[in-house]
Amino acid sequence: MSALLQIRNLRVAIEGKEILRGVSLDVYAGEVHAIMGPNGSGKSTLAAVLAGREEYEVLEGEVLFDGQNLLEMEPEERARAGLFLAFQYPVEIPGVSMATFLRTALNEVRKARGQEPLDPIQFLSYARERMSWLGMEPDFLQRAVNEGFSGGEKKRGEIFQLLLLEPRLAILDETDSGLDIDALKIVASGVNRMRSPERSFIVITHYQRLLNYIVPDVVHVLFDGRIVRTGGRELALELEERGYDWLRSEGELVLPTLGEQ
Amino acid sequence: MPVQQDEVLQQVTQSEYKYGFVANIEEEIAPVGLNEDIIRFIWERKGEPEWMLEWRLRAYRHWKTMQEPRWAKVVYPPIDYQAISYYAAPKKRHVQSLDEIDPEIRRMFEKLGIPLEEQKLLAGVAVDAVLDSASVATTFKEKLAELGIIFCSMSEAIQKYPELVQKYLGSVVPYTDNFFAALNSAVFSDGSFVYVPPGVRCPMELSTYFRINAARTGQFERTLIIADEGAYVSYLEGCTAPMRDENQLHAAVVELIALDGAEIKYSTVQNWYPGDREGRGGIYNFVTKRGICLGRESKISWTQVETGSAITWKYPSVILKGEGSVGEFYSVAVTNHRQQADTGTKMIHIGRHTRSRIVSKGIAAGHSSNTYRGLVRILRGADYARNYTQCDSLLIGSSCGAHTFPYIEVLNPTAVTEHEAMTSKIGEDMLFYCRQRGISEEDAVALIVNGYCREVLLHLPMEFAVEAQKLLAISLEGSVG
Repeated sequence: MSALLQIRNLRVAIEGKEILRGVSLDVYAGEVHAIMGPNGSGKSTLAAVLAGREEYEVLEGEVLFDGQNLLEMEPEERARAGLFLAFQYPVEIPGVSMATFLRTALNEVRKARGQEPLDPIQFLSYARERMSWLGMEPDFLQRAVNEGFSGGEKKRGEIFQLLLLEPRLAILDETDSGLDIDALKIVASGVNRMRSPERSFIVITHYQRLLNYIVPDVVHVLFDGRIVRTGGRELALELEERGYDWLRSEGELVLPTLGEQ
Repeated sequence: MPVQQDEVLQQVTQSEYKYGFVANIEEEIAPVGLNEDIIRFIWERKGEPEWMLEWRLRAYRHWKTMQEPRWAKVVYPPIDYQAISYYAAPKKRHVQSLDEIDPEIRRMFEKLGIPLEEQKLLAGVAVDAVLDSASVATTFKEKLAELGIIFCSMSEAIQKYPELVQKYLGSVVPYTDNFFAALNSAVFSDGSFVYVPPGVRCPMELSTYFRINAARTGQFERTLIIADEGAYVSYLEGCTAPMRDENQLHAAVVELIALDGAEIKYSTVQNWYPGDREGRGGIYNFVTKRGICLGRESKISWTQVETGSAITWKYPSVILKGEGSVGEFYSVAVTNHRQQADTGTKMIHIGRHTRSRIVSKGIAAGHSSNTYRGLVRILRGADYARNYTQCDSLLIGSSCGAHTFPYIEVLNPTAVTEHEAMTSKIGEDMLFYCRQRGISEEDAVALIVNGYCREVLLHLPMEFAVEAQKLLAISLEGSVG
């Protein structure tokens, strides 16, 4: 069986500056991969390119998602195919209620999966059930999209959307940043609840703290646009202890990733 | 500009105006040009009393001394007022009942989604249908008459209720008011008339649907709404026109009068043909709308969603004369392609404790120009008057322009005025967020724009609000920047 997500030698630049300098990665169904690395190593760029942000220029490489050429798909096509990005900085949309926004999104995704759309009442009961998993206030759906949300509310909102849309691959871009330990636990419990043999996760984080709660199968270290280390959970702990600087001394060493075995 | 955006901007230009068809209806059209004979011609056709001819001629003579206003931030070639026909009316329109309406006219209105059979109408809406220069049908008249409410065409009102018409016609917008109001007074041919007697709350929405059909004609309708003491009425106005390469002139006048404790709510969804992507054709919409809160504690509220017309020149206003009266203006104005809009309101505070509220949302896309122009004037006697103004602009793409000209004149030291203004763009970030959730770019724009206009749309009656939301989506199809 081939991997759900296959990244081959991906090189990406923005405004002429190369950020990803040859990333290869295979994520199989059911796996949770953590991508760690210092600031500016290219973690968020990788998330943005996978989700389809247009300001990035792909210089070389290939990405297959469930066998489809991901880089040729529009962002909404990627989402409908089951790729979800939990944003590091969720955007505010004044005047649009969460309920309207999420029902529109969910029905697009359902249409792509060949399911009937949900009417507002069906949507409400479906959404409320999942809100309770995260201990969210009932008025959440009536509020404007992310408007006036605290940092923690925004992050929780992103995980809620993940629960709602049930993607096949969820990318969490620094979802732990700015969260206190209680909020972190709630976010992690939501993710863990969604773990299944069909669903994969890429958890992007600067700190290993989150990985105490979302235990990854594989940990990658992204450094200066390349994956320089790949290992198990213990790699995250090692990074926690030693920081990222020792990797710098290892120079441009590129290790083979799991997918190339 | 990224390729993607180019493509999308191209799509904008392909969004279609779905009301652009021409119906084949036999009409009587006045000879082209304007002079006293033409005014007599209109007057005769309408069989009006002598005083109307005198009024029209006075207006015409005054109009001849006036200059077309050019202060608005709109650009258009000179209009040849002698090249327009000032009267066009369906030949078969004198009917005793709704069943006798020319089937061709009936079909046309059905195509526009305005069935003229009462049983097919939305419950709670009575319709006066105006085609070119003449009213062709008014529904639910009898039912309204039981409550003493008069809802009929202006022509009929002149015949049947001359005292009311003589008392109020031109009382809010005199023919001396401005160039287009003078022109309208001289040549207006029809429109709607509403009178709600004291203490009566009109149980249904009253609505006029205006349709221009004939070529090389102008439409000059006149609407007069009077809410007597303690009365309430909600009135809706909709309009469309065929797609033509020529520009057609629409110069209407609307006058509202609210007596003690009365309330008038006037809603417009303006969807005249806006012209094509290059700016060819489209309606010149030069309209004077004004209400007066004559009585104490009376209220007039204007809500408008302006998406059509090549040029919009329109300032629905309220004169707040009665003590404690309230004026409101809620507006969404959308311009796309080469459309130009210069629109806003005037709130004239005369009485004590008068209050006004202005919420204006301008949305500009394509190469269009969208201007808010507003005046808040608080006169010496208006103790404790209050005004709150919020005018926001939303830009889509980088070739459009939004402008704001708020004028505030305060002559009373106890008055309080507040003004807030904000300009924003639909950002890539916002669109990307929606698209990452599976929502297409076009749907995302519609969603964001509807959210942006929400505060205004909330003031529209339900059926209209739904229409308006769809219309906003159509007008902005694909217009992403």
